[in-house]
Amino acid sequence: MPMRLATIDADYFADERDADLQVVGTPAPRADARGHVMGQTQYFEDVHYPGMTHLKMHRSTRHHALIRGVDTAPALEVPGVLRVLTWRDVPNNWYTILRLIGVEPDDEPVLAEDRVLYMGEPICAVVAETEAAAREGASRIRVDYEELPAVFDVEEALRPETIVVNPRHGHNYFTYEGHNCRRIRFGDIEKGFAEADQIFEFTYQSSPIEHAPLETTGCIVKPEADGRLKIHSDTQACYFTLDNTALTLGIPFNRLRVIGGTVGGGFGGKVDVMVEPIACIAAQLTNRPVKYVYSRAEEMQVSSPRAAERIIIKDGVTNDGRILARKITLYVDAGAYSRHSPYGTTKAAAHMPGPYTIPNVWVDAYCVYTNRTPSSAMRGFGVTIADFALESQMDRVAKALGIDPLVMRLQNAYRDGDMKAHRKLVEGAALIEVMQRAAELVEHELPAAYRAMSSTDGRGA
Amino acid sequence: MASTIVQLTVNGQDAEFLAKPGTTLLMALRENLGLTAAKRGCAQGTCGTCDVIVDGRVVPSCLIPVETIVGAAVETLEGLADGNALSPLQAAFVEGFATQCGFCTPGMLMSATALLAENPAPTRGDVVRAISGNVCRCTGYEAIVDAILDGAARARAASTAAAD
Repeated sequence: MPMRLATIDADYFADERDADLQVVGTPAPRADARGHVMGQTQYFEDVHYPGMTHLKMHRSTRHHALIRGVDTAPALEVPGVLRVLTWRDVPNNWYTILRLIGVEPDDEPVLAEDRVLYMGEPICAVVAETEAAAREGASRIRVDYEELPAVFDVEEALRPETIVVNPRHGHNYFTYEGHNCRRIRFGDIEKGFAEADQIFEFTYQSSPIEHAPLETTGCIVKPEADGRLKIHSDTQACYFTLDNTALTLGIPFNRLRVIGGTVGGGFGGKVDVMVEPIACIAAQLTNRPVKYVYSRAEEMQVSSPRAAERIIIKDGVTNDGRILARKITLYVDAGAYSRHSPYGTTKAAAHMPGPYTIPNVWVDAYCVYTNRTPSSAMRGFGVTIADFALESQMDRVAKALGIDPLVMRLQNAYRDGDMKAHRKLVEGAALIEVMQRAAELVEHELPAAYRAMSSTDGRGA
Repeated sequence: MASTIVQLTVNGQDAEFLAKPGTTLLMALRENLGLTAAKRGCAQGTCGTCDVIVDGRVVPSCLIPVETIVGAAVETLEGLADGNALSPLQAAFVEGFATQCGFCTPGMLMSATALLAENPAPTRGDVVRAISGNVCRCTGYEAIVDAILDGAARARAASTAAAD
């Protein structure tokens, strides 16, 4: 018998639905819980095949360097090592994950060719009878580097004299429809600043964040008798994996079968396609099952983190707390390659200038290439750090003006009928009501006029 | 170096297999015996996903060379349920929404099982200490601690009922 935790105010939805609402507020048992507590849930690494081989990667020990030569012979001398794969073994070595939705250019190699752009970039894959032999083989590969200057700061990366990190882009930023950044232009920012009583400008900086899932990134690939490759993977995105792997291998999509969906923690860190293509090539070349799993150290060092962001917010405000102009310059540190960061930067731009109605808005959001570990998706990427910056800014400005921060938010909160900087009309807003309720719950006294506000009072700008 | 014949009692059953030097208890369980509930999370004894009970004590099986525990009694998550009937702890985890991705669950349940064997009526602090070596990256600790306390209460109620 389902137990109802909270009563639902069905009247609130009366105009929208005539269904008898039953789902929200009623606990439903998790379909996977029994398998989890019995130890019967099958994660990819719980699959065992006879004759399994193991793949380990030789990775760059430099942040930025040209590769003068690679000596794979010492790896092949290790007993148990079957093969060493280089970029020459990869049918289509260049890709970018979001090519599936038209993002260009293909800016990342499966295995490095003439250069490495970050510490830990994969160069050669060693396939062996045992994990130990594969690891030993990978450690014996010798790479002759010619070091290049490395760039680790987004603003330094954008200076004209700075070395180009990724030659496939030709400059250290992603190009959005001919522009060097994602731009928002709304109203007249300079006029807004001129009309303001005070100007406040603050900078916010975040660090990269690693998801650190308990189950590390990995896959097992099994060549099937019909010529297909069966991929057991902990990807969060089976179709990203299937499509990108087929494109890299140059084979029809129906030659691959991906078995996934059971993920031992992902949080966005398992939507890149990092292990399956090279494991599939190894399986094709050896005609043996191949396991390629990141060690904990690899998961920490080379799996994509959440991007570091630097956000500079300049506000022009009236003395009573109305924001007249907000100018934002935002840098997303994509690291050496695009992965999901061009999309994340667009999300960050789309989130600006926060849930406030501001008549004059100016945003430049840059997706910047540096020699850091490529960053990618993580829970709410593009939005989480943007919110940290925006709401910190609201608190700081309110404090400087001597205004209750909640009052200042209510003053500027968007209401139904307001025009947002992206030329979208606000509808269905509930921000004011949520803040009023939050204030009530923490017994934060609001002036009567602010308690009386509503999202539909037509008082928006 | 030659392989060793290793004998263990695993979940009450005799097990005998050939282990290469350096084979960890985790590898032996997963690869020699096909018991895959214990997971490899870090392979360095810090995350708790591989926790099993050896002679009554919770240990990270990734750090135990299996040839050093010949003759030991090993308990894994596979031995917790009685057929399809969940143990009180397992039932409490299911009903208390104490699982998310499920990867820490085997280690959590083994740590909790060892705790209740020693202390059938733990305090919240006892539970927190008992699972302090088990990382949950979905960060569902509150539900897990609640479920362990609930499981302990269920187990006490069941043993009282059995005594009556």
